[in-house]
Amino acid sequence: MTNLHPVSFSLNGQPVEIEIPAHTLLIDLIRDRFGLKGTKRSCDMEVCGACTMLLDGDPISSCTTLAVDVDGKEITTIEGVTPPNGLSRIQNAFVLHGGLQCGFCTPGFIMAVTALLKANPHPTDEEIRHYLHGNLCRCTGYIKIFEAVKSLAAEQVSEDAALPVARQRNFRLETS
Amino acid sequence: MLPTPFEFERASTIADAVSAVGQEGDGMFYSGGTELLLAMKMRVIHTERLVDIKGIPGLDRIVLNDANELEIGSRCTHMKIAGDSVIREHVPALASLCANVANVRVRSVGTIGGNLCFGEPHADPPTLLGALDARLVLQGPNGTRSVHADDFIRSELETVREPDELMIVIIFPRPTGPITYRRFKHGERPSVNVGMVWSMEAGAHSIKSARVRVGALGSRPQPLKAVEGVLKGLPVHDAHRAIQSVLAQALDELDVNEDRHGSADYKRHLAGVLLLRNAEEAVAMRGRAT
Ligand SMILES: Cc1cc2nc3c(=O)[nH]c(=O)nc-3n(C[C@H](O)[C@H](O)[C@H](O)COP(=O)(O)OP(=O)(O)OC[C@H]3O[C@@H](n4cnc5c(N)ncnc54)[C@H](O)[C@@H]3O)c2cc1C
Ligand code: FES
Ligand code: FES
Repeated sequence: MTNLHPVSFSLNGQPVEIEIPAHTLLIDLIRDRFGLKGTKRSCDMEVCGACTMLLDGDPISSCTTLAVDVDGKEITTIEGVTPPNGLSRIQNAFVLHGGLQCGFCTPGFIMAVTALLKANPHPTDEEIRHYLHGNLCRCTGYIKIFEAVKSLAAEQVSEDAALPVARQRNFRLETS
Repeated sequence: MLPTPFEFERASTIADAVSAVGQEGDGMFYSGGTELLLAMKMRVIHTERLVDIKGIPGLDRIVLNDANELEIGSRCTHMKIAGDSVIREHVPALASLCANVANVRVRSVGTIGGNLCFGEPHADPPTLLGALDARLVLQGPNGTRSVHADDFIRSELETVREPDELMIVIIFPRPTGPITYRRFKHGERPSVNVGMVWSMEAGAHSIKSARVRVGALGSRPQPLKAVEGVLKGLPVHDAHRAIQSVLAQALDELDVNEDRHGSADYKRHLAGVLLLRNAEEAVAMRGRAT
């Protein structure tokens, strides 16, 4: 019998508690136990960025993060930066600039861009490329993603509007 | 893929971590997990117990100590080193090395200690730390010892560290001359990298001594002795030409693995190109540290 570890953390602004075996991966906890399926798994080896979540605001690969490691921390997923109605400023820019096709990489890009703009609201072209170099897209050829982010970097926005605020959500906890 | 089940504990002191790993069974230190979890998911490493060192205070300090040496705690993430004001002031080449390791997600949790202890041959820090003449301080059940960065990696994925020795801190003298580092990669990790550190004579017109390390070619970083020899005592503006005069012979002496990063000749050529660019940069700094 594998030992269970209590883990409590903030998930998109909502406090949650759960008991899990130590080898549980964060992506599986969030997708399968909390039912938030927006985060995608692709390479499973920290290369593609499809599984990007924010841990205390910094981007991580949830495919290669132990869920026990988020004890006492704040986790933000794509669901946490999506307004109840419509799209966030960042999501909207991706749509306007054609920064997505199949959309599989998009949640990861949105999370990475969220972290980038929080740390640096007006990144240079070089800073955008450097920051996003670890997110892979097999459809767009990157130019349109880059243009979407560049349009955001040029915008003057008030502090509050700069980033979508993580909102409370009611999670469906799978108890199986 | 999931790793096979293991026990997990958090150490709050160095001594606790060392004794927890040393107990029966095969425990391992666990830091950012960016290498270890990948290997465990692929089932090439299995351990019964992970001992998390992230809660041990003091391992993520960066300071210039009273002996004019830089100390970098083993638990410092690449992101932390890249943005640290002390490192940016005294060793900007190391800050920029760390800012370019892997991708932003690996940099936010992956640590310099984890990088060194994994002993992956296609790595950046071991090359520059070798050129900086760093020593790595390990603490085990019988006390601490320090190992030169050059002697730490024994071969591919193998270091001289005992399983229950925790790397505590990385220490090197504050550089007095230019530090240059370049790497070339077409995939995730460097195919070739070259670090060069010059100590300067007073007045900074001549090179007192030089340390040159080439990494990612063999199983561990290698010195370019002929280049180091020819630079000793040389005026800065003669450095580039002097390196060229011994370069072919020096590159020939390197051990080079042929792999998916390229053939031996190709990689030797790249090492030469990177070294000459480092030299140009160091000359442009006119022998000054930054
Ligand atoms: C996609 C990808 C790209 C990468 N690209 C690069 C690159 O371009 N250049 C480069 O240099 N590196 C690269 N890396 C490697 C990266 O730098 C390392 O993964 C990271 O620094 C490891 O640190 P960690 O804290 O996550 O180590 P962990 O995975 O936690 O540990 C690694 C090993 O070290 C041991 N260990 C960890 N800390 C200590 C300690 N303090 N004392 C003793 N033992 C310890 C662990 O037991 C384990 O065996 C890349 C990695 C990935 C996944
Ligand atoms: S699925 Fe995690 S980085 Fe690709
Ligand atoms: S839109 Fe299809 S992978 Fe990026």
